Formats: sequence, C-alpha cells, structure tokens
Amino acid sequence: MNPAINTAVGGGMAPVATTFFFYLLGGLAIAGGLAVITRRNAVHSALSLIVTLLSVAGLYLMLYAPFVAGVQIIVYAGGIMVLFLFVIMLVNVETSSKERQFNRIWPIGLVAACTLLALFMSAFTKGKALFPDRMVTLAEGSNTQQIANMLYGEAGRMGPYTFAFEIASLLLLVAILGAVIMTKKKI
Amino acid sequence: MPNFIMSYLGSTVTPGQAGNQFWALIYVLIIFAGVSVAVMAMNWLERKSLAHFQIRLGPMRVGPHGLLQPFADALKLMLKEDIIPAEADQFVFWIAPLIGLLASFTVYTVIPFGPSEAVSDMNIGILFMLGISSLAVLGIVVAGWASNSHYPLIGALRSSAQMVSYEVAMGLAVVSAILMTSLNEKGTGTLSMIGIVQAQQQQGIWFIFKFFPLGFLAFAIFAVAMVAETNRAPFDMAEAESELTAGYHTEYSGFRWSLFMLAEYAAMIAVSSIAVTLWLGGWMRPFPNLLHAPAWDFIFSLFPGLTFGGLAAIAVLGTVRMPSHSFFKIQRFGLAAFAALLGFIALLLLVIALAGRSADASLAARFSEGIGHVYWFMLKVAVFMYLFIWYRATWPRYRFDQLMRIGWKVMLPISLGVLMLTAIVGVIIS
Amino acid sequence: MTVPLKTVPLDDGRSDGKNDAAIRSSNLDLETPDKPYLDSNELVINMGPQHPATHGVLRVILKLDGEKVLGTECIIGYLHRGVEKIAENRTYTMFNPYVDRMDYCAAVSNGLGYCEAVEKLLNVEAPPRAQYIRVILTELQRIASHQLWLGTHALDIGAMTPLFYTFRDREEILKIFEKYCGARLTTHAFRIGGCQYETYAGFEKDIKNFLTFFTPKIDEYETLLTGNRIWLERTKNVGVISAADAIALGVTGPVLRASGVKWDLRKAQPYENYSKFDFEIPVGTNGDTYDRYLVRVAEMRQSIRIVEQAVGGIPEGPIMGKVPKVIKPPVGEIYHSIEGPKGELGYFIVSDGSTQPYRLRVRPPSFVNLQALDLMVRGLLVADVIAVIGTIDIVLGEVDR
Repeated sequence: MNPAINTAVGGGMAPVATTFFFYLLGGLAIAGGLAVITRRNAVHSALSLIVTLLSVAGLYLMLYAPFVAGVQIIVYAGGIMVLFLFVIMLVNVETSSKERQFNRIWPIGLVAACTLLALFMSAFTKGKALFPDRMVTLAEGSNTQQIANMLYGEAGRMGPYTFAFEIASLLLLVAILGAVIMTKKKI
Repeated sequence: MPNFIMSYLGSTVTPGQAGNQFWALIYVLIIFAGVSVAVMAMNWLERKSLAHFQIRLGPMRVGPHGLLQPFADALKLMLKEDIIPAEADQFVFWIAPLIGLLASFTVYTVIPFGPSEAVSDMNIGILFMLGISSLAVLGIVVAGWASNSHYPLIGALRSSAQMVSYEVAMGLAVVSAILMTSLNEKGTGTLSMIGIVQAQQQQGIWFIFKFFPLGFLAFAIFAVAMVAETNRAPFDMAEAESELTAGYHTEYSGFRWSLFMLAEYAAMIAVSSIAVTLWLGGWMRPFPNLLHAPAWDFIFSLFPGLTFGGLAAIAVLGTVRMPSHSFFKIQRFGLAAFAALLGFIALLLLVIALAGRSADASLAARFSEGIGHVYWFMLKVAVFMYLFIWYRATWPRYRFDQLMRIGWKVMLPISLGVLMLTAIVGVIIS
Repeated sequence: MTVPLKTVPLDDGRSDGKNDAAIRSSNLDLETPDKPYLDSNELVINMGPQHPATHGVLRVILKLDGEKVLGTECIIGYLHRGVEKIAENRTYTMFNPYVDRMDYCAAVSNGLGYCEAVEKLLNVEAPPRAQYIRVILTELQRIASHQLWLGTHALDIGAMTPLFYTFRDREEILKIFEKYCGARLTTHAFRIGGCQYETYAGFEKDIKNFLTFFTPKIDEYETLLTGNRIWLERTKNVGVISAADAIALGVTGPVLRASGVKWDLRKAQPYENYSKFDFEIPVGTNGDTYDRYLVRVAEMRQSIRIVEQAVGGIPEGPIMGKVPKVIKPPVGEIYHSIEGPKGELGYFIVSDGSTQPYRLRVRPPSFVNLQALDLMVRGLLVADVIAVIGTIDIVLGEVDR
C-alpha cells in the first residue's frame, strides 16, 4: 500500500486510489451511521453499525495502522456487535419497532449537533497550522511493533503505557467477575 | 500494459507486495475456482467416506463411483424452489448466507500456498484471519433471526455462542505459535503468514514439535477448537437433525442452503490452512533442512506426479473391476477417461519435476518448485479434511452445556497455561 | 393420570397451548392453561408425534425452565389399533399372528409369551424339541432386538456408525428367521402347543456360524462406545432411577436390572426349559443410561451363551404337542409372563369356554417402563430427554397396541 512502490511498478494508480478509497470508506461510515439511527428494525440498525465499524477499520488501514484495524474487526465487529445482536434477539423487539423513531424534542438535538459541528469546524480552521500538508509515510511493519513497545516496553525497560495497561486489565477482570456474580443464580 | 503483466513473473513476492493488481486478481480467481472445486470434492469425499465407514457404498450411480454426484447436487439445489418464510425479514434473509460466504472466502487472500503463492502477504496476516473468522458468526446469528421462527433462532444463538467461545481458545493457541516465531537472532516475531512459515524454516523445526509438548498442546487445542468453530461433529449439536432445536439453516432451501454449506466447507479448509501454516510447516516439504541435498530435493519434487499417478492407478483399478455388463458401459468409459486425465496430469507433473531438476532459475525449475509448495500445503490440508470426516463418522455429539464447559473450563485454561509456558521457555532459551 | 378421551380434539400435532385439552387436563400443575408461557422462564414445548428421535409416534410435552426439564407428560395412543379388542373376536389360533405386530422389533418373544399362556390354559406342554427351538429363536430375537436398540440409541446421541454395524449383523439373524419360517420381522414362528415348522437342513450349522461370526462383533460395538469419552459424558448419571423407584413403578427388564435389582423371569420363574441352561444375569449399579447400555450388551453375550448350549443338544422328537384341532380352553383365567428383550411381557387371558377369549390383556413392558420417563428426566436438559427415551427402549406398537 506504500505509494512509492505503487508508482514504480503499476503506474499512476496510487494517489487517485487513496483519495477514492478515503471518500468511499468515509461515505460508507457516514451512511452506516445514519442508517443506525433511522432504521425501524433494530437488527437493521445493528447491521448498519457493523458496516460503519468495518469502514472505520478500513480507514485505520489507510493510516498505516494495520494492527489497530485488525483488532477493530476482531473486537468490535466480531465480538461486541455479536453481543448486541444477541441482546436484540433475546429481548422482545416488536414493541420497540412500533414506537416513534425520533424523540419529540428533536429540535434541541439538532441544535446540539450543529453546535458540535461548529466546534469542529472552528478547531479545524483555527488550528490549520498544526496539521502537516502531507501524510507521513511510515514503514509498514512498524505499527504492531510500536504498539507493542509502548504497551510492554522494550529492551528490559517498561514502556510509557505499561502500568496503565496492567491497571486496565485488572479493571477488566473486576468487570468480568462482577458480571459473573450478578448473573449466576448460585455460585 | 503487457509490461505490467509480465513484470510480475520474475518476482519472488506475492502480487500484493509487488503492487500488481492484475496478478492479484488472477490469483483470486484461481483461488475462488480452486475452493469451489475443493468444496465439491470434499462433498463427494465426505459422502463416500462416511458410507465406507458405515459399511455401505455411498453414491455409485451418478457418474462412476458417484464422482458426478456433487454436480447433480449443485444442479438440484439451484433448480429448487426458493421458499422464503412469509413473516421473514426479506433483506436480512437474503444477506445472511452472503455474510458467511464472504467471511469464509475473504480469508483465502492471506493463505500462503508458497513463499510467493499467496494473494497478499499482509503483515498482520494471522490477525486478519482471526478477525474475518469472527465475522462469520454474524452470518449465523442473522440467519437464525431472519427465519422468524423460534427454533432456528435458538439454534443460531447456540451455534454462535459456541463459535465465540472457541474463538478465545483458538486465538490464544495462535498467539503461542506466534511467540515461537520470535525465537530468532533479532528477537522480533511476525504476524504475517509467510513470515511464520519462514520462521519455521529458519529454526529448522515445525512448531508442532518445538518445545515438546508445548507446541503439540497448542496445536491440539487449535485442532479441537477449529472443529468447534466450524460446527462440525462432535460439536454439531446446534445443527443435528435429531435434536429439538432445528438449526439456523432450517428455513433456507435450495440455493441459499447450498451457500451455507459452501461457507461451512470453505471455513473448514480455511481453519485447516491456518493450522497447517502455524504448526505443520506450511508449504515446506518434510525435512527441508535435514535432507537438503539436490538428490533429496529431486526425490521430493517427484511426489506430486507420483500422487496423481497413484490416483490414476486407483481409477484404472476401478475401471477394471467394474462389472462388464452393458449397463455399465458409460460408467466404465467415464472412469477410464477420468483415469486418463489423472494420468496425463501425473505425466505433466513428472515432466516438470524432471526438467526442473537442476537448481537454476529456469522456468521449469521455478514451476516445479511452486508446484511442490502448493502440493505439500494441500496434502497437509487434505489430511485435516479427512480427519474432519473421520471425527464425524466415529464420535457421538456433545451436549450443548458440555460443549460450552469444555470451551471455557478446559480449553481456555490449558491454552493460557501453554501460552505462559511457551513465553517462559522462550525467554529462558534466548 | 387420566385423559378423558372424549374431550381430546383431533390432533394434528401442533400445540399452541391454548386449546390443547391434553395440556389442560394434564398433571403438570398449570394454573393458567391458556398461556403457554407460565412465567418468565418456564416454557411448555411439544416433542410432537413426528420426531426423528421418539422411536415411533410418541408425543412428549415438556415443561422447561430455560433448558432444564421440570416435568413431562407422554401422550400415547397414536398407534392404538385395538389389538386386545380384536382378540375377543378371533379364535386363539387366529389371534397368533396379531401378537407379532405389537412389539414388532421382537416378534418371536411376543409369540412365545402368547403361545405359552394359551398352553398353560390348556394345560399342555410343548415337547422338548419344540422347547429347544423356541429358546434358540427367542434368544436370537433378543440379540436382534438389542442390536436395533443399540443402533438407534447411538444414533440419537450422535454416533451414526454403530447403527450400520448393528443392522448388518442383525441381518444374519433375520436370514435365519426367514429360512425358518419365511418372515424376517413379523415371524409368527410358534404355534399353540409347539412349533409348526421343522428346523430346515443346516439350521444348526447356520446358527453356529452366526455365533462365531457375531461374538467379535460385540467387541467391535464396545470398542466404539464403551470407553468413549463423549459417550461416557452423555450417558453417565443421565436418567438415573433408583432401585426402589423402579420397583415401585413396576419397571422391568434391563432398566430394572441396571438399577441393581437382580430380577429376570428366566431365572426367577423359569419357563420353557431355561432352567437347563447356564447363564448369568447382568446387573448394573447406578441405574443411569450407561449402566443400561452395559447391561444390554452383557445380555447379548449371555444370549450367545444360551444359544451355544441349546444348539448343541437339540433332541429328536415331535415338535407339536397334543393340542386339539379346535382350541377351546376350559373356563378360567391365567396370567403368564416371559422375559422379553424389553422387560416382563405378560398375557392375561380370561377364557369363557368358547373358542374365542373373553378378554385378553397384554402387559407390555414398554408401556410400564415409559411411566418412569417422568421421574428419570426431571432436572435434565432437553438433549438428555432424547437419550433417556432411547435408553428405556420403547416400541410404540407395544405401548399403544
């Protein structure tokens, strides 16, 4: 996916493809997101959310972060969305599809969304100097390595996030134990 | 343009690495056709093997020894009436088999049939495979939902719960194999499939034998988890006919059902390929480092031709033993033609192996080497396919709660233990 | 438990829980018979008469808590053909073929029980040669019935291969039957007073060949199943019934013996000439499905022993006793039972002196054993219900008659 290699062999396809794929994936993500909130059927919403998550994984790939993309697919699309679907299917869904799709106070929501959009636009225009004008071309094999170094440390020292990583895993353990205790009828 | 096409032929990397989209497309088409043929062959093999295990003959009429049976089945399924339950969700009903099919087939883009015989060698290859396999679960869940019927829904939820549970153990077993790839001088492992096989080549040992019994345990866990992952016996409670819950594909008829079966068999081949790549040395012939004289290379390069020659001999034997009644004339002719085809392929392979004897970079040598890679890989995968069928013929099935208990209470602790021990031993050794 | 027959509507197998009189009048303690969902977890489902694993047309209503079974109820009668009523309108000889159709998997045993019962009414005994032939064929039928049971039971649990092995070996027995009396399944092998057919030339040789052929086959079945980890997990401690419960319910046959009660009518109340033969009664310890499997496999081995002893010494002589042409038993009644493959098969015949019985009541072992189903499956999962139905070894022809 390195544009340098592409121009050497293929000839002229890379930059257009990058832009094309960016707009494609971004458009899919936005369309999926819109579908999530507008569908009546909860399962349709969940499937649209999967589309959004997969598009975001593609965007990660374009940012030369293949490890994050892979983990996004495994954890989000393959684990969390399956859980969502389980819950949707086990809960009585027919009544919810007959209710109103949008909340009665939707103008307030629209105002809040527009405020957020204005905030993003102002940050983008005011801070334009911070964004580089060209994407940094990283070597491909390093995303996994870099994440590993940051999380686990390298050359015998602790990395910058090792402690946070261990604490986070302890928190997850506590959450799992709590879920088990709350749902089992008898231990 | 012809320059673009031809420029790939000399390279030693996959089309993905070389950025050559044309050859990547060719490889994808070859893999698609190959997997379809493999699934049909697997269907035939399963029916004949099960029948022989059960002391009966299996399909014998449709084509000599039932060889055309998969075609007849495919034709029948395509011509069947497409029944959709009235209350079913049309769009979701349509898309469910496609999700499973897409997931099962997308995995093949990273499977390495050789050092450069893969569509693309992603540097997160194994991660990609695990991720796409977990997408297959969605297809099942959605299929059960779309049937709008109580029992398929329960069956689908059970199947997907089973798959998700065994994915955990599978992933941990895979990680312990990945750990072994980092036992080289640089100390860096790799997630790419081709890199894993090359690591086995460098370390001179298949990972199944490394740190015995740790490698073997990891392989055994993966071997059991992959049977549960593909919903095959003895873990096929969710789709068994004699149980109360009917299975997620009950409401699917005709072509849609065949898509599910296609996805299941393709997933079987895919997970077997992962097992072969991670633990059994991928495309490497036996003893590539120990017996590396050119004579040994030549002997092992004869194996593809000899295998097809053996198959041709079996077909000839079948022709000779067929009853010499006029009813069997067409079948004898068909089987003889099939034997001739196999013999021709055998001859071709032997000629290529002979021509590529010397270790220079001539076209025949490169062909012979590539064919050897693909052959050894497919041989190992074929052993796994036969094991799948053997398991189904021999063993009863586990009850669902026993299945889940094994997945969480037996597989997971063992795989965690193997992972930790592998890491400890790896650090001590290096 | 009574199901008033006239309020049960015509049943097409579907149950929506609302109008199902069987559920309404059942003893499953349903306070609100109109709703199939009783509280958030409880569920009443129907294993309909059409089901691959109920071994015939048996309908089982299960009350579940999630996946656990709280109670069951069997609805039988789908195969009721009025055999006992028919008996009141047939002469004793004419009724003989009907008994084969009750337990159609062990027809020879049915015939044996009926013929012996009528012979007792007439106070006639079959000659020794006939008794030897009867014992040989009955024990072969026991092996055949157990083989059928083993194949179908293993198939229910998921092992699809033993079915073909047991049926292939059962073919040899059926070939012997066919050579002897012309029929494989509903044999009508015996007559009141003895046997009709003389043994064919090569009878002993065929049976001896069968015995040498078959003895290693039992080892083959055991290799596949007895030590198999999955088989053990599916059958150990599944469907346990204690000896006291079994006796209280009137359960007989391998189900009773697997619970530890050493009761076999061939030893306890010997009939024919079983007292001449040397064989053991296999007894289990736990009363679970695994023990019932072991007991039946051991019984096959013991049957081989009996047939070996019998076929070596068939005496010469007549095959038919002194029975009048027109059978008119004296006024009286008799209950005679034999040890069929499935349990105690009994015939209660009331004779009023005419050529047709006044009342003929069959005590089918499967009917009584099926009552134990409810006790056996409480607390088990739904998948185990199928295993337990298989392990009781019921034949609906016998249950319904």
